[in-house]
Amino acid sequence: MTKLPRWADVVLVPLICLIIAFAFSAILIAAIGQSPAHAIWIMIDGSLGSTYGLGYTLYFATNFIFTGLAVSIAFQASLFNIGGEGQATLGGLGTALACLLIPWPHWSLALMASILASAAFGAAWALLPAWLQARRGSHIVITTMMFNFIAYALMNYVLVNILRPQGSMDPATARFPVTVNLPKLGDILGVVGIPFSSKNPANISFLIAIALAFAVWVLLWHTRLGYALRAFGKQEKAAIYAGIDPVRITIYALLLSGGISGLMAINAVQGAAHRLVLNSVEGAGFIGIAVALMGRNHPFGIVLASLLFGFLYQGGTQLALGTTIPREVITVLQALVILFTGALPYMVQRPLEALFARLARKEAA
Amino acid sequence: MAQATTGGRQATAAPLSPYAIELKGISKSFGPVRANRDINIAVPRGTIHGIIGENGAGKSTLMSILYGFYRADAGTILINGHETAIPDSQSAIRAGIGMVFQHFKLVQNFTVLENVILGAEDGALLNTSLARARKVLGELSREYDLDVDPDALVEDLSVGHQQRVEILKALYRQADILILDEPTGVLTPEEADHLFRILQGLKDQGKTVILITHKLREIMAVTDNVSVMRRGTMVGTVKTSQTSPEALAELMVGRKVLLEVEKKPAAPGRLVLDVRDLRVKDDAGVERLKGISLSIRAGEILGIAGVAGNGQSELLEALGGIADATGHVVMNGVELPLAGRRNNGQTRRAAGISHVPEDRQSLGLIMDFTAWENIGFGYHNAPEYQRNALLMNNAALRADTERKMATFDVRPPIPTLAAKSFSGGNQQKIVVAREIERNPDLLLVGQPTRGVDIGAIEFIHKQILGLRDAGKAILLVSVELDEIMGLADRILVMFDGRIMGERDPEKTNERELGLLMAGITETKGA
Repeated sequence: MTKLPRWADVVLVPLICLIIAFAFSAILIAAIGQSPAHAIWIMIDGSLGSTYGLGYTLYFATNFIFTGLAVSIAFQASLFNIGGEGQATLGGLGTALACLLIPWPHWSLALMASILASAAFGAAWALLPAWLQARRGSHIVITTMMFNFIAYALMNYVLVNILRPQGSMDPATARFPVTVNLPKLGDILGVVGIPFSSKNPANISFLIAIALAFAVWVLLWHTRLGYALRAFGKQEKAAIYAGIDPVRITIYALLLSGGISGLMAINAVQGAAHRLVLNSVEGAGFIGIAVALMGRNHPFGIVLASLLFGFLYQGGTQLALGTTIPREVITVLQALVILFTGALPYMVQRPLEALFARLARKEAA
Repeated sequence: MAQATTGGRQATAAPLSPYAIELKGISKSFGPVRANRDINIAVPRGTIHGIIGENGAGKSTLMSILYGFYRADAGTILINGHETAIPDSQSAIRAGIGMVFQHFKLVQNFTVLENVILGAEDGALLNTSLARARKVLGELSREYDLDVDPDALVEDLSVGHQQRVEILKALYRQADILILDEPTGVLTPEEADHLFRILQGLKDQGKTVILITHKLREIMAVTDNVSVMRRGTMVGTVKTSQTSPEALAELMVGRKVLLEVEKKPAAPGRLVLDVRDLRVKDDAGVERLKGISLSIRAGEILGIAGVAGNGQSELLEALGGIADATGHVVMNGVELPLAGRRNNGQTRRAAGISHVPEDRQSLGLIMDFTAWENIGFGYHNAPEYQRNALLMNNAALRADTERKMATFDVRPPIPTLAAKSFSGGNQQKIVVAREIERNPDLLLVGQPTRGVDIGAIEFIHKQILGLRDAGKAILLVSVELDEIMGLADRILVMFDGRIMGERDPEKTNERELGLLMAGITETKGA
């Protein structure tokens, strides 16, 4: 069996997948009587054409980095955590409580408390499915999925009955004190002299997400826990031979995964919304699965895939605003990208492998 | 529809060519890998023809081409002197070729009769087929000493009998040429002898038999001619009567090989491992290990012989901390936990036990991990592989891997290559290097040379003996009797989860061990 060179596997395959996805999208747009070229221009201009649009792209990307890393760390242990949505929802509750209950003198202290609280709440939401999987063999695909619904119902109850300010009709918490607001990416870049719009929700969480991606890489490839986790994920039986405790690894992997999902709240809740609303995650937990797939479960790939999905989200919003293309078509475009980049890379890999093999043989001859 | 009698065919087709099969210039590539290169072979009719070669020499590819699983890139196949295209296995069957695979292709909950007609039923109604098959099967059984109850369920049959069903299947399809792929791997010596008698009978009836094996002893015992393959090419065909195991081994490997390792007499020292009444139950609650007691001293190799599946795996798993067990295991005077959280591979390693597992691909290695990651497998918590309390020292692990690869002659010596990219022998060398270099007090070894080529077998045997001579205790489990007899200082034979008896390798023979392996204890004395 011939293998692709690494650069082709990492760069060429996703790129070709992406081009195919866009080609199909273009056909779809043309079919409803719009100009594909115009649509793509609006998407690119709206998401990358200005620092305002770019800020939105980065804001969305930040959410996806968190949820993507969360999915991938569980996936390295061969555990399919699709409960990112619920874990991030609970992370939001942790962040909201941290920001509301204590009058922080400075945002940096609030941020640290919020990081701890959101991660702890997210991890706690993954604990029961993790325990059920490790001890009882209840499949986490089922349990984490159900926990998404429970999280939503719980949030509904908490917001309506406990955290809703008196007199408000809105199932949301009060606004957080201004002192806990996180610095905008524009403000940070302004300090070092780079002009960047502050009229978008991009904030310091983006840098935290990048740092977290690096930390996850270190964890997976440079620590004993990461080693055990990956070994368990590849061959569970062999891991037991090596003395790796399957129960402990399952629980650790899912706690890490849930905690990282929860961290998404520092971006979406503390960084952008400044209050906790009912649907603070907005599907980012599920996008994280696609991001992890496309990023090949590697932190570096996940950052790149998150940027792409950030672009698709922001570009899609602009498309809805700037054209008469219905909102549903934009969802279809995003789905096509997920389909081709996440689920169908093998379709591209095989012919590419044959091509490379032929090239290699020609060279040898 | 031709009448399915075995004699009819030979009477009608007067042989034109003295060869049942001739392969001319067969080549087959998989990508850049050339599995078969310009293979020429001629198999005379009515002979038993052996094909030997190391793993990856291209034997299986060649037979797959002959049976229509692969199409050759170049070359021609002549059956009885006629050029024949074999695009699929149906064509192979029509050409009179029958194949008995290493892993049987039988429906477990069908009867023998149902399995035999499966795929060869004539008509929609089974009754007529079954009745006819019963008659033919009776004739075949008598003719070839292939005694099988046609109404027995396959799942109730022993492995040896299942193999006979496979042979009957081929004969029922009027095969004149029978190919057997590593047929004795799962058989006791008794059963293997019976198989050879059957093959002899087939030959006497004018059938042609091709026997693929890596066991030189079998080649010498039953074949008329033998072809040797090495790295995709046919390096020679010789008359069996005019060659020797040593000469064949040299042809296979391309250099001189020591078939019997030099062994100094053992000098057993202090008691290292003492096992009392060890019992293991499987997931279904069936007892697989029924009260094993044994002990091993420093500087001796205790060999466990037996047909695969008689509790040897469970014994290794219980001692290696993989499976839960009951009973008592005392290692260096300290009782080991046999169940619960303390019963795991890490505590076993800490107690001085290394374990080369039976199945390197599913247990001993993470196939997607690199060689250096695999050298740390099971020892990833070892202090020499840590940079500090938090981080592992991957550089140290890589350097250690380079050293071990050099010592154990792992090829290619590239630490960053994935385990799955190494050949079976080199994968095993990685595992053996990792476990032996730990300098354990007790080494558990399961099937150390399964699927390993002759050159590497010699090397691994030397390493095991070297560890023994360094005063370590070794528990060797193998289904290869030659290996047990060659290496062990004492032999225990296991059958059905029990120890049937102990033998001195110097004072026993394969026949005696074979009887014990089949569960037949000595009747004398008692």
